[in-house]
Amino acid sequence: MIKLRQIRKSYHTEYTHLEVLKGIDLDIEAGEFVSIMGSSGSGKSTLLNILGILDDYDQGEYQLDGKMIRNLSQTQAALYRNQFIGFVFQSFNLLPFKTAIENVALPLYYQKVDRQKRQEIALEYLTRVGLRDWADHLPNQMSGGQQQRVAIARALITQPKVILADEPTGALDTQTSYDVMKIFREVNEQGITLVVVTHENDIANMSKRIIRLTDGLISGNETVQKKSQNA
Amino acid sequence: MIDFDKWQEIFSSIRRHKLRTVLTALGVFWGIFMLVLLLGAGNGLHNGIEYQFRDDATNSIWVRRGTTSMPYKGLPKGRRIQFNNQDYDFIAEQYPEAENLSGRFYLSGDQTVVFGEKKLSFPVRGVHPGHQYIENSRVYEGRFINDTDLKNMRKVVVMGKVAKKEILGDVEAIGAEIKIGGIVYTIVGLYQDSGGENEMRVIYIPMSTAQTVYAGTDQIHQLMFTGGDLSVPEMKQLENKIRKDLASIHEFDPKDSRALYFFNVAEEFETFQSLFFAIQMFVWFVGIGSIIAGVIGVSNIMLIVVKDRTKEIGIRKALGATPYSIVSMILQESILITSLAGYLGMVAGIALIAVLGSVESEYFRNPEVNLGVAAAATLVLVISGTLAGLMPAMQAAKINPVVAMKSD
Repeated sequence: MIKLRQIRKSYHTEYTHLEVLKGIDLDIEAGEFVSIMGSSGSGKSTLLNILGILDDYDQGEYQLDGKMIRNLSQTQAALYRNQFIGFVFQSFNLLPFKTAIENVALPLYYQKVDRQKRQEIALEYLTRVGLRDWADHLPNQMSGGQQQRVAIARALITQPKVILADEPTGALDTQTSYDVMKIFREVNEQGITLVVVTHENDIANMSKRIIRLTDGLISGNETVQKKSQNA
Repeated sequence: MIDFDKWQEIFSSIRRHKLRTVLTALGVFWGIFMLVLLLGAGNGLHNGIEYQFRDDATNSIWVRRGTTSMPYKGLPKGRRIQFNNQDYDFIAEQYPEAENLSGRFYLSGDQTVVFGEKKLSFPVRGVHPGHQYIENSRVYEGRFINDTDLKNMRKVVVMGKVAKKEILGDVEAIGAEIKIGGIVYTIVGLYQDSGGENEMRVIYIPMSTAQTVYAGTDQIHQLMFTGGDLSVPEMKQLENKIRKDLASIHEFDPKDSRALYFFNVAEEFETFQSLFFAIQMFVWFVGIGSIIAGVIGVSNIMLIVVKDRTKEIGIRKALGATPYSIVSMILQESILITSLAGYLGMVAGIALIAVLGSVESEYFRNPEVNLGVAAAATLVLVISGTLAGLMPAMQAAKINPVVAMKSD
């Protein structure tokens, strides 16, 4: 599903030159549930942005579902993001002026699905994350956990091949974090590939494979023991 | 269906951002509103002043009798100068360029006019045929006084619309007989005059009839004529020549401004014309200023709107919005708001102008707005708002969604 070969990425400013990714090789198969761990500055968010076609890389090769992702036009990138990838962010990133159901339905708007249909599907996905009754609430009327579940429903609605989550539990308390991870596991069980960036061990341990990043290079790659998965 | 969807998206965005919408709208609304108001007020002033002249031909000269204020050739000052038929004939012969030459003979006081059982008082004046062009009396039924009336001293009258209504009511006027000071006259014509109610109470009779029947003289109280196509300086020249000739006939100093009073409407009108021009310039100056202020206001707000929406743009991009869809979303929203606000400003301005129009004032009349100008101004604001929004919107659509989402 995801194939990275010698990915390099550096940021330039007027005074500094900062190499963030120094040659990443990574394969993630369809249906995997992978977490990427690393201290801050290790390049994990940059890696996720590249995976999400939100950011370019300087060198190397990135194939997503067999498609070469390189020098895409903005429009093409938008199309791939919309079709292949679902995002979940640490700060939820819901549109504050839209209700839960409108937020969930938004990706379908960009797929030109008609409004009625959009609302139906969105309600279905809201039900899946247990928020059917909250459909007409605005984000600021909901708790953090609820907002993140809305964001997950929004990520799922296009039936993406991959869901990328950037510190999805970073703004949540422990119990809510576990609830969110539980939803992720259910999603994964339906065959969707999941990549979660986190710096919390207990969260990472709920995935199936952990990739550790240190200073822009992969420093560890371990399969999570069955036992700890049920923690 | 897709477009309908887009509009729904835009409407919901407008609904949820009332302050932003109101601020954008207000700038445009105010600009157009002020422009319409100014143009209307300027036109009102223009029409008001022009109206003062509409009563009379704008290219005419009126001569009234006066009293000498300077001694001349041994004659003392303080002599009254009188006109008579010779003066009329003299000007008619010597100055063919003086068109529509007419005298005016005022019957002393208002005359009692009798029709059937009815008795009312009206001002009655003896005039020449040219008088109708000088006073701008529009004959709408029958005819005006003509040369044959004068020659034969016919007892005929031409009546103002108001006078006719007051004394005759709805009775057919042409051919009807009335008595003025005990003498029977036949009505031959009815006229309208834009000078107002009082002007239309006047009854005109032939000059010769007035002189003979009521005074037994050949005096004329006032002389007036129009200058045809003569320019303002030519009118002034004509005035000076006639003044000089009349001065030698009546033996007064041509420099004596009180012996005869010349009222040159053309000259007067010209000063007002330049005043109109000045007013017009001022109105446009201020109007264009208010449009520029509106353009700057709208542009500013568009910049802020785009900045304000950066995070939203980032989120939408992450969810699959193309740059095109971002730009078109922002611009369509701005076009909708600005054109609606511009239209409302135009309507409000025109409504206020209509209210002002009902105010009857001497120097303010019929304020009207050129719809084309108002619409063009609205269009300018809409387009400039769009252009102002285009650059930042295109930039915002290009920025990295990750960066955009981090902004607040």
